[in-house]
Amino acid sequence: MSRPPLLEARDLVRIYRSRRGLTGAVTEVRAVDEVSLKLRAGETLGIVGESGSGKSTLGRMLLGLDPAQGGTVLFEGMALPRFGTPIWRRLRARMQMVWQDPLSALDRRLTVAAQIREPLDIHRIGTPEERPARTASLMTAVGLRADQGGRYPHELSGGQRQRVVIARALATNPALLVCDEPVSALDVSIQAQVVNLLRDLQGQKGLGMVFISHDLKVVRNLADRVAVMYLGRIVEEGPAEQIFAEPRHPYTQALVSSIPVPGRPLDARILLQGEPPNPAARPAGCAFHPRCPLAQGLCRTRVPALRVPEPGRAVACHVTAGAQSPVAA
Amino acid sequence: MALADILPRTRRLLPAGLPVSVALSLFWLAAMLICAALADLLRPYPITRMDLAARLAPPLTPHHWLGTDELGRDVLSRLIQSVRVSLVIAFGATILSAVFGTTLGFLAAKARGWVEHAVVMLADFQAALPFLILALAVLAFFGSSMQLLVGLMGFYGWERYARIARGLAISAGAQGYAAAVVQLGASPARVYLRHILPNVASTLIVSMTLTFPEIVLMESGLSFLGLGVQPPETSLGNMVGLGRDYLTTAPWIMLAPAVVITLTTLSISLAGDWLRDRLDPTIR
Repeated sequence: MSRPPLLEARDLVRIYRSRRGLTGAVTEVRAVDEVSLKLRAGETLGIVGESGSGKSTLGRMLLGLDPAQGGTVLFEGMALPRFGTPIWRRLRARMQMVWQDPLSALDRRLTVAAQIREPLDIHRIGTPEERPARTASLMTAVGLRADQGGRYPHELSGGQRQRVVIARALATNPALLVCDEPVSALDVSIQAQVVNLLRDLQGQKGLGMVFISHDLKVVRNLADRVAVMYLGRIVEEGPAEQIFAEPRHPYTQALVSSIPVPGRPLDARILLQGEPPNPAARPAGCAFHPRCPLAQGLCRTRVPALRVPEPGRAVACHVTAGAQSPVAA
Repeated sequence: MALADILPRTRRLLPAGLPVSVALSLFWLAAMLICAALADLLRPYPITRMDLAARLAPPLTPHHWLGTDELGRDVLSRLIQSVRVSLVIAFGATILSAVFGTTLGFLAAKARGWVEHAVVMLADFQAALPFLILALAVLAFFGSSMQLLVGLMGFYGWERYARIARGLAISAGAQGYAAAVVQLGASPARVYLRHILPNVASTLIVSMTLTFPEIVLMESGLSFLGLGVQPPETSLGNMVGLGRDYLTTAPWIMLAPAVVITLTTLSISLAGDWLRDRLDPTIR
């Protein structure tokens, strides 16, 4: 294919430095560590991982909100401009974000319609006379009633607020939508509605979507491809159905086995041993080895590279990546 | 008629949702503004006109309804002129310091780095310096004029706005609505003026209602020390200062401006609180 992918990340690195107290040593946290990924137009990439795995940081870097200390992000083949520059601002019309907490992402002093309209004003889309009509059609598209436009965010329910955030993100007809845990702040009953809304909109508009979540059920529902992150690195990537049907990395296996399945007893779960990882004290070698049931000597010393056991899949594991058949869990 | 009968009736005359205390405050402030604007028409006598036959006349004397001072000057006339002078200084200076402080605070929050350090250091410097001493030094060097007085008072209290604005803007920018609007591609001017400023305005307004009376009192203090408003011009603080000598024998000279200061600052405070609540759609 000659056309560049919609979004491509090459070896992204993001390091946070923190200091304990005034004289304490500076500790480095590699929140995102040499992450590469590609997203084609119209495709949904799910990024899953525990909290602290760097998935939200990665999402912000993909939009150019957080600077990368290493590596580049290419959007439609062009490197992302620096944060805050006029070119970066203009590019916002093409790439948008759906936030985790819709109440804090909305300005509580402006009506919902004013906020959905805002991107149109910012990017001067349509004449000022056309914008109210466009706002109304956006509201309909996300399942809000036109008369709710005069409301303030606190007067809406959580699900409705998230619909407002989605409508605002879609106002400029972006090509890329990054959703950072868009449903984790919502009730379970509302989650399904919002997920379905996102999937429908994605289908209609041919959006490229990066969907960040710790909720595997939601990701399985939505994503074409899935990338699993552990302590800032992608440990496994592949088509969603394959990842969930036959996970290769031991971490993915543990995650997938934790999804409750009706009719299956819970004993089949793989319970991970040891502490949840601390990003500031990253284990040597494969970061997962202290909790890994399959860890060998090599895992403690060398960081496994992403290998491609079959086309379209990648696994970073010394033990399972080479195996031709899925490892019995 | 009992007070209980009057209250519901007056309440009906007011717009819905306007408390009586706020209505009275707004009325008083409007009266003060009219008084300041039309001082030349309202004043019964020129402020320097002496009526030596009626010196230290008590209030309710015919032709001198608030009495006269030791030189036989009409207190009401001087009071009206004082309201004009003091309001110009206090409003002008309050607005000046709010705009100056908020701008610097936002600048610090936007630019971070050395700009922020410089602003914070200036604010600390201002807070550590006794303002009266600074004002005395400046006025002693340059002499007193109305413009200089307003400008000087405008530096009073700016560090509070700067700190509040900086803190609130940083917290708004770190997460939440401001970050979301930045992500929409909004220019910094739009982010700060359309989103952050309205959201932090309530805190700034409260701060203004605190600064306003302080500026009135500061001006009184300076006038009392002879470096503020220069006689024969008059201001509320000036009147209080000069009336002090006759406190026991002719208290009205001092009480009239003192009452005006008290009522105006109280009204500002009540109206400011009400305005803050009105501006917040989440409370309505």
